[in-house]
Amino acid sequence: MRLVILDNYDLASEWAAKYICNRIIQFKPGQNRYFTLGLPTGSTPLGCYKKLIEYHKSGDLSFKYVKTFNMDEYVGLPRNHPESYHSYMWNNFFKHIDIDPNNAHILDGNAADLQAECDAFERKIEEAGGIDLFVGGIGPDGHIAFNEPGSSLVSRTRLKTLAMDTILANAKYFDGDLSKVPTMALTVGVGTVMDAREVMILITGAHKAFALYKAIEEGVNHMWTVSAFQQHPRTIFVCDEDATLELRVKTVKYFKGLMHVHNKLVDPLYSMKEGK
Amino acid sequence: MMRGGQGAERAPVLQFTNCRILRGGTLLREDLWVRGGRVLDPEKLFFEERRVADEQRDCGGCILAPGFIDVQMNGGFGVDFSRATEDVGSGVALVAQRILSHGVTSFCPTLVTSPSEVYHKVLPQIPVKSGGPHGAGVLGVHLEGPFISPEKRGAHPEAHIRSFEVNAFHDLLATYGTLDNVRIVTLAPELGRSHEVIQALTAQDICVSLGHSVAHLQAAEEAVQSGATFITHLFNAMLPFHHRDPGIVGLLTSDRLPPGRCIFYGMIADGIHTNPAALRIAHRAHPQGLVLITDAVPALGLGNGHHTLGQMEVEVEGLVACIAGTKTLCGSIAPMDVCVRHFLQATGCSVEAALEAASLHPAQLLGLEKSKGTLDFGADADFVVLDDALHVLATYISGQADSQSQPNPTSASGDSKSQLNPHPPLPRA
Repeated sequence: MRLVILDNYDLASEWAAKYICNRIIQFKPGQNRYFTLGLPTGSTPLGCYKKLIEYHKSGDLSFKYVKTFNMDEYVGLPRNHPESYHSYMWNNFFKHIDIDPNNAHILDGNAADLQAECDAFERKIEEAGGIDLFVGGIGPDGHIAFNEPGSSLVSRTRLKTLAMDTILANAKYFDGDLSKVPTMALTVGVGTVMDAREVMILITGAHKAFALYKAIEEGVNHMWTVSAFQQHPRTIFVCDEDATLELRVKTVKYFKGLMHVHNKLVDPLYSMKEGK
Repeated sequence: MMRGGQGAERAPVLQFTNCRILRGGTLLREDLWVRGGRVLDPEKLFFEERRVADEQRDCGGCILAPGFIDVQMNGGFGVDFSRATEDVGSGVALVAQRILSHGVTSFCPTLVTSPSEVYHKVLPQIPVKSGGPHGAGVLGVHLEGPFISPEKRGAHPEAHIRSFEVNAFHDLLATYGTLDNVRIVTLAPELGRSHEVIQALTAQDICVSLGHSVAHLQAAEEAVQSGATFITHLFNAMLPFHHRDPGIVGLLTSDRLPPGRCIFYGMIADGIHTNPAALRIAHRAHPQGLVLITDAVPALGLGNGHHTLGQMEVEVEGLVACIAGTKTLCGSIAPMDVCVRHFLQATGCSVEAALEAASLHPAQLLGLEKSKGTLDFGADADFVVLDDALHVLATYISGQADSQSQPNPTSASGDSKSQLNPHPPLPRA
């Protein structure tokens, strides 16, 4: 893996956005050649989305030939509910960029047949040629997407019941009222994300530090599903200092020492403008 | 003109960008999406129809507010709504077109106290009509009189003042001839049998307003309990506030109103009809009920000199219009946008509050707040483009600009983006 450690949340968000920007541009997307991006929700990627929007508004990055697949969506929450992941993606990303609505895929938590919806989502990913870069986060309980502790590490897109840790973590988005938090969600599986050609996990904040430790310094374990990516050929963890608080000093020093290598991935920052 | 309907989904989607829109009582940094003459929910468009905008218009950082609604206008630009001619419609159309540049997208042509023949002739000629690039929409007629107090007639002719104490609602209907195009009736509640009349009018969905009256607070409260919801130009043509009997003014803080009922009150914020201190007292006492009105007279937009209002002659000098030969004010000649700016400056209220007083509140008064006075999804796309000082730059009805503010259609990048051009400056009275 690459472990990229930045001083603070803003710098981590910016590094991640630059990386995504460069990957898309260097791919040279076009009419018959779409870049497929897996996308997360939550508070961690907000800074990254803001930077990507900036690059778009300045004319340096277009999403015209990008297809996106979100990781998850609550079950039973109306699509236009302010806390649905559809609303999140619209307000924080889609409404500010030039993506074709037909290329923005999010699981439908109100589908009549939820498993069929999940199967169809897997098929759409396959039809799109697989995911080039899957961006994700990590829950305080070490989950990726809604693959709660105990999820199979080879799982596919399916319906999951949320763990108490997750419900507690999400309560802040529902006026602190536990009874209002959805208890089920549709989510891509660990296996689904593992199929991506490249994976980038964003982890910021001290409250995620223990999960990061479990994910990268302990063994592969279905109780900490992010640990599965130890067996993926191309994973990048992008963190701020606080997220590394539970890691061994040796680990942190090693990867910080590699920053000059990591930074070559984002510097120079490419642009889609002519002559750049 | 048609809004919505089956063809609406094929209509082009317009996206107004780089603007602040008044929504939910706040100025939000959001784009305004319009289709088929209505405000569109872009999130729904994206996820359900999988469509993007057909055309984008850059608003240059301006404010987009719901179009202003004027529920009391006696005429303007030489047109007198109370004058019975063969072609009242042309006069209404002319005023409707000229007030677009004041930011007004809907209005209630108002008739002052007149002889019965005038109502019979004029009312059928002023139908409710949707607005468009040709002019502001007509929401219905406001009948200010003749069932008012002779003592508080103001500029109204004494000879034509009437009562309905003999046959109540039948007297009223006989006087007006028809209530078909009527939206608001101003009357004095102290007149005998007013309660029956108020109830009958309210039952027909006509807004009853209290004004030109010497009613004390109790009579006013009873009128509200019978169904009255509006006060005609607060402070003017009513008993002054007294600390032991606040009169109609006391309705603003009355605890005897039916539960859940909001009493609205018109204010002429032209800097002349109401002292700014009085304006502030009313606003602070009951900000949610304040409705800005122009009470404009035919002299609006004409300039200094001699003009006609109803059966009376008026004299105009600057921003003041009086009955010829007297000092009695007879209506304002300040355009609505001037009133909004003056209101903002005099009360120190927020920009949002000033804009709502001219749009949301009159819409709520008339029960139209689902389609007018807001920029909520599904509302009619009647809006006004303003700079930070609330000067009107462009006016849109059903998502179409009025003919004097066509946006510049070309842009360097070649895609469908355009810039808004300001209104050419109009001569002010």
